[in-house]
Amino acid sequence: MSQIKLDAAQPVSPASEIAVSVRNVSKNYGDVQALKNLSLEFPRGELTSLLGPSGCGKTTLLKIIAGLLKADSGNVTVEGRPVTEPGPDRSFVFQDFALLPWASVMRNVAFGLELRGVAKSEREAVAEKYIREVGLAGFEGKFPHQLSGGMRQRVGLARALSVDAKVLLLDEPFSAVDEQTRRKFQEDMLALVQNEKKTFIFVTHSIEEAVYVSDQIAILLPRPSRVLEVIRPSSFRGKIVANIRRDPEYLDIVDNIWASLRSYVE
Amino acid sequence: MKNRALLLTLLSGVIVFGAWEIAGRIPISYAFPTFLETMAALLVITLDGSIFTAYAETLQPLLLGIAISAIVGIGMGLWVGLSARFEWLFSPIFIVMQAAPLAALIPLLIMVYGIGLTSKVFVVCIMAMPVIVLNTASAVRNTPASIKEMATSFMARRQDVLLKIILPAASPVIFSGLRLGVSAGFIGAILSELKITPTGIGDIITYSRSISDYPTMYAAIFSIILLAVLFLNFLEYLENYLFEGNNRGYVSD
Repeated sequence: MSQIKLDAAQPVSPASEIAVSVRNVSKNYGDVQALKNLSLEFPRGELTSLLGPSGCGKTTLLKIIAGLLKADSGNVTVEGRPVTEPGPDRSFVFQDFALLPWASVMRNVAFGLELRGVAKSEREAVAEKYIREVGLAGFEGKFPHQLSGGMRQRVGLARALSVDAKVLLLDEPFSAVDEQTRRKFQEDMLALVQNEKKTFIFVTHSIEEAVYVSDQIAILLPRPSRVLEVIRPSSFRGKIVANIRRDPEYLDIVDNIWASLRSYVE
Repeated sequence: MKNRALLLTLLSGVIVFGAWEIAGRIPISYAFPTFLETMAALLVITLDGSIFTAYAETLQPLLLGIAISAIVGIGMGLWVGLSARFEWLFSPIFIVMQAAPLAALIPLLIMVYGIGLTSKVFVVCIMAMPVIVLNTASAVRNTPASIKEMATSFMARRQDVLLKIILPAASPVIFSGLRLGVSAGFIGAILSELKITPTGIGDIITYSRSISDYPTMYAAIFSIILLAVLFLNFLEYLENYLFEGNNRGYVSD
């Protein structure tokens, strides 16, 4: 089997290739230990999934990397700089889209740039480019309530892309859209990782989704949260997208992950 | 769709005014004029200009009171909504204000502020402000956490979160508070002209009642209701203009 398993503590690739690094991070909510002494590294230009049963702290970890939550101990660095608050090097895609209902698609996509004080004509030019890229050309003047769930998340994705951050953080971005739209999104994700040269950190609870889109999968276990293993699928990356789901390695990894997670799922 | 709405509005007008006309013709009371008599009286006081001089008086406490209530009310509401400590401090005051039997308190206001404009502005404010403050505060507290988090993740400053997230998100409830407050303010303005000193529209009402000129009295009442309706429509137009996407239309459409 060509699948490579790595111990979580071992570096995945040389330090210069690491875009985001999480070292010994712990986080408590009152008495509940959400993260305990967690370390993980995210290679530049690749998509890493955080996969695990609910309550394993994957969203908490993502929000700590985003700077939305503070870790109780340990540190997070993005491109060598320690994270203390949200910064221009990271952008976030939300599970519930988090669009402004009173703003048009155009203003929603440009909102990240608006907050950075970019002039209106300039930010709308950038927004227009990404609206086209996510396939929403012609919907610029529409409001979120006039769009389907899948289209709303495309707006969220375009907003995250338009600020041109090095690291994209996606919190279960496709969990609120229907199955067919989700498959389309997953294919688009693969193209996006290829074209955008960004580092993607992707939280999901779907094993198939994680294996399908990821260069690297970190499996997290709950209570106390820790990294069980890091899996790097090797043989089906770069092959034709349509064949991934029947690749033997894909099927093996999906099975193995389920075998190691099943005892933790209530 | 637009035609249907217009048709329904006209229909409701015909029903209400028709019922009024019939009730006046029966008559249910000799002090209750018909709709047409009232309209004729309205035409007379419009043509001789007395209604305009009356409104020049009435609009002073009304507009001043509503403007103060809206600005101070929304400001206080934001403050109360954003800070638990200020909610604790100020919320009871506005709840008491809202529940207070205002007509009984007017003599007290007159003792303190005299019979001039100040007292009347106070009456309008006491009527209009509490609901604006309380609505604004509860709207601010209910801002969806996820869009605040979104703004934070895109490095919004505090004033950006307030102006670009909290205020627009709260705007539907703030505007419904404004509509309730403005209606109450109109009641307050007339109440003050009836209870403090008869001026403006209050004067027309009091005087024409005392000489049994009921059509003119009802014409004055009708005109103030008409003005209130126009003002509320203007508020709705303003809300739609400012926050277009918040208007999701009717569920049945």
